[in-house]
Amino acid sequence: MTLRTYVIARVLLTIPMIFILLTMVFLLIRVLPGDPVLLHFQHPTEAQLADMRRQLGLDKPLWVQYFDYLFGLFRGDLGKSMQDYSSIGQQIFSAFPATLELAIFSMVIAAALGIVLGVQASKAYNKPQDHAIRIFGIVTYALPVFFLGMILQLTLGLGLHWFPVGQRFNPMVQIPLGLNVGSFHFSSGLYTIDSLLEGNIYKFTESLRYLFLPSLTLGLVLSGVFVRLTRSNMLETLRLDFVTAARARGLTENKVTYSYALRNAFLPVLTMMGLQFAALLGGAILTETTFSWPGLGRYVVDRINFRDYTAVQGAVIVFGVFVSIVSLAVDLLYAYLDPRIRL
Amino acid sequence: MLSSILPGLSTLVKRGLAGWLIVIGAILVVVIVVMTAISPWIVPYNPTEIPSSPKILAPPSTQHFFGTNDLGQDLFSRVLSGGGVMLQVSILSVIVCLAIGVPLGLFASYAGGATDRVVGLVMDSIYAFPGLVLAIAIAAMLGRGVVNMALSIAVVYIPSYFRVIRSQVLSIKEMSYIEAANAVGAKNRTILTRYILPNIVPSIVVVATVNFADAILTAAGLTFIGLGVPVTIPDWGQDLTSGQRLLTSGAWWAITFPGIMIILLALGFTLMGEGLSELLNPRLEQ
Repeated sequence: MTLRTYVIARVLLTIPMIFILLTMVFLLIRVLPGDPVLLHFQHPTEAQLADMRRQLGLDKPLWVQYFDYLFGLFRGDLGKSMQDYSSIGQQIFSAFPATLELAIFSMVIAAALGIVLGVQASKAYNKPQDHAIRIFGIVTYALPVFFLGMILQLTLGLGLHWFPVGQRFNPMVQIPLGLNVGSFHFSSGLYTIDSLLEGNIYKFTESLRYLFLPSLTLGLVLSGVFVRLTRSNMLETLRLDFVTAARARGLTENKVTYSYALRNAFLPVLTMMGLQFAALLGGAILTETTFSWPGLGRYVVDRINFRDYTAVQGAVIVFGVFVSIVSLAVDLLYAYLDPRIRL
Repeated sequence: MLSSILPGLSTLVKRGLAGWLIVIGAILVVVIVVMTAISPWIVPYNPTEIPSSPKILAPPSTQHFFGTNDLGQDLFSRVLSGGGVMLQVSILSVIVCLAIGVPLGLFASYAGGATDRVVGLVMDSIYAFPGLVLAIAIAAMLGRGVVNMALSIAVVYIPSYFRVIRSQVLSIKEMSYIEAANAVGAKNRTILTRYILPNIVPSIVVVATVNFADAILTAAGLTFIGLGVPVTIPDWGQDLTSGQRLLTSGAWWAITFPGIMIILLALGFTLMGEGLSELLNPRLEQ
């Protein structure tokens, strides 16, 4: 199989998966016991119910609703909020960058910490340092992410005042503007990138300071998976002949470990980064709620409290489609880096 | 009974780190289960009642070992009796997963062909979905309560069982003893339940222990965003959630003790899962 046919096959496989996902979410909200309109009100009148059903198109037959929903999604229309009939797409679009920024930084922390500790553990195989790192990996797995968030908030935030909590950016400073050249304007919604585009280093360090605790929380919880994976891959790779040969040629141990062995052990870690993205977004919901981070996760929780089921549906779809796209991208990158996968 | 358990423990421990992990994990789980079961008789204060002259947010002392919450309730008593919800949710979700995931995995992958492909695609779609997001969406629609939490967690974890079982069945199906059973005319049901199932039980046990740990953390997460049990029931997740509001008043005890209990329970299952999978897959033990 050439790279091109692999790409085509992989993309074609993603389409039915997204389709199943969309259908699943539709069935979940419309067909599962519990009519969203009925659930929305505490003490509804018939007129209220009928009015909301008509506004949201829920009075039509189920299959019409289903096609309305699918065609709407194709046009980028995620439906109307049950709260005020405003466009859900707009709200999700403005909440998404905060989640993306948190996700990227958490992933970097998780992977970097996991790889460094995993390599250390494999070099100290079966010694106390190895055991300590393995226990760290296991404990992070059993840690509720929002509990860790509270503890970090309590110690590094409220206790020592090293890091700010409860906000995404310094309220005394204007949020980063992004790139403005003449009439051209671009902002990514990621404050770190926007402040760099604006050329404002102070805003950049501020955004990092606000980002640090939530990313550390989520990164620490996810790092255990990477520790375990890097460790077991390194243990296998360090036994291979080419590593012995590299040692025999008199290369330093660091060079052998990092440039030779880790390079080979890295591919599975890359796959894991793709797989963990789903877990990362799940964790982001809880982390955002703990830190009042104004992203998509907190949006979902807010909407649940308002019993706004159409908005929940929209956000869940965006989460699902986003994960499918990331996993597609990781698979393609993997195929590009490792020709064996295309065989 | 004890005399039969103790030799078992010592042989486990002789298997090295894996054995230790299983033993420590099992002890943690058993201690928490026993503590929760006998809590009605050992709590110093009523964990659900709001005291008439409450000491609000009292720090840990000899009277209140873990301090009190914003209603003046004794947190030590609430911690002792607060494990029930997590245990019920995790046990129930594992039972539902076993009841649906195991037969589905066995039949679909043994049947092969279109059945296998369709079921596999649906399972993969659920598996690829962010688990907690899906559980939240289902729980939001079903409403609060132990059963609804367990069901929403089960839906998310059934694909994990399905995938493990499928990969095992596919390789066992090709073995000569299955071919031989087919040749002598054994029924499909006999082959599945008597010849294939016993061989995949160890893998199912590993998935189930991991499922237990995940179910506990997911249940805590659902509770944290307001989809748990009603506040009146003592529950670690609930205490942790209401403790968050008290962070700014410096009441560290309100979150620390329930949080540690959730970690210990999840850790117990994680350690067991870790040890079991190492015992069953001793690739690096040379």
